[in-house]
Amino acid sequence: MNVATTIDGVPLEALASASEAGPAPKRIVVAYGFWIFLLSDIVMFAALFASYAVLVHATAGGPTGAQLFNQTTVAIETVCLLVSSYTCGLMSLAINSRNRFGTYLGALITFALGAAFLTLELREFADMIAHGATPQRSAFLSAFFTLVGCHGLHVTLGLIWLVVMMVQVAVMGFATSVQHRLLCFSLFWHALDIVWVGVFTVVYLMGVSL
Amino acid sequence: MTDVLHDRAPGDIPSEEMEASAPSQALIYTLGLLVALILTATSFWVANTSLLWPGGVGLGLAVLAIAQMGIHLVFFLHITTGSDSTNNILALAFGLLIVLVVVAGTMWIVTDLNDNMLMPSSNAMNMRMQR
Repeated sequence: MNVATTIDGVPLEALASASEAGPAPKRIVVAYGFWIFLLSDIVMFAALFASYAVLVHATAGGPTGAQLFNQTTVAIETVCLLVSSYTCGLMSLAINSRNRFGTYLGALITFALGAAFLTLELREFADMIAHGATPQRSAFLSAFFTLVGCHGLHVTLGLIWLVVMMVQVAVMGFATSVQHRLLCFSLFWHALDIVWVGVFTVVYLMGVSL
Repeated sequence: MTDVLHDRAPGDIPSEEMEASAPSQALIYTLGLLVALILTATSFWVANTSLLWPGGVGLGLAVLAIAQMGIHLVFFLHITTGSDSTNNILALAFGLLIVLVVVAGTMWIVTDLNDNMLMPSSNAMNMRMQR
């Protein structure tokens, strides 16, 4: 193929393209594959968001979002998840510098904040069910519990994953495979926070104000 | 100009040569946290204030949410426009396309169906009964 020999005055040899460099390292392949999985997970959430948006007014004479949602709880949940995403990022920095104490500390704070988020969410669900707002009550509540419950399930799985990863760090140290899994975990945790931005905007804030 | 040997993994820290001049990674995470907190606080304020025109609140909330998702992608997931991140961007763009088709398509179709379903049962049926 006849291509220009210089790009911006730099000889082409200095710019070895990705295809000429041979197969990518495993770390990149693993994280890219997990990135594809996360995007498909987000597509699934998009379907749940769409069904929620369609069914939000189908309350069947039951309670509406404005009557059920407590914004203070949602604000605390949001801050918990956001700060846990931040500490998860700091944890991945500690992993990159092979800092065992920093890794454990970051994981502990991330876990505590994630558990606080989950506790608040479960208390909210229990409170709603105690007031008769069960998933069976209306199409709106079915869609609400499916969407928010699915996100909560992801957070639960993330917490279990985090515990498993800390056991692996304790037993195997910073082995290459453990580092790859930790990279995937931090991707997962940040992606959950992105989904939560959609949840608190579409479900809680728009549900109360519109 | 630095040579790009491989793409960068999503969520991975930028390459070493970028790190030399760029601010430290911890600072980037902290900056992302602060901006995200400000956007979250703004969202909650917009939803509860009576100062704004009510018709624009929904749009404002959507814009704030999309902005915050962008902040998360750039500061926490390190998705950049760099040439080593092209594959990540392309996958993200395809994912967003599917998300858009699913959400907008569902809302469009079901709203349309809903309108067609409700009209005869409430208005036309009543008119027929009255006749």
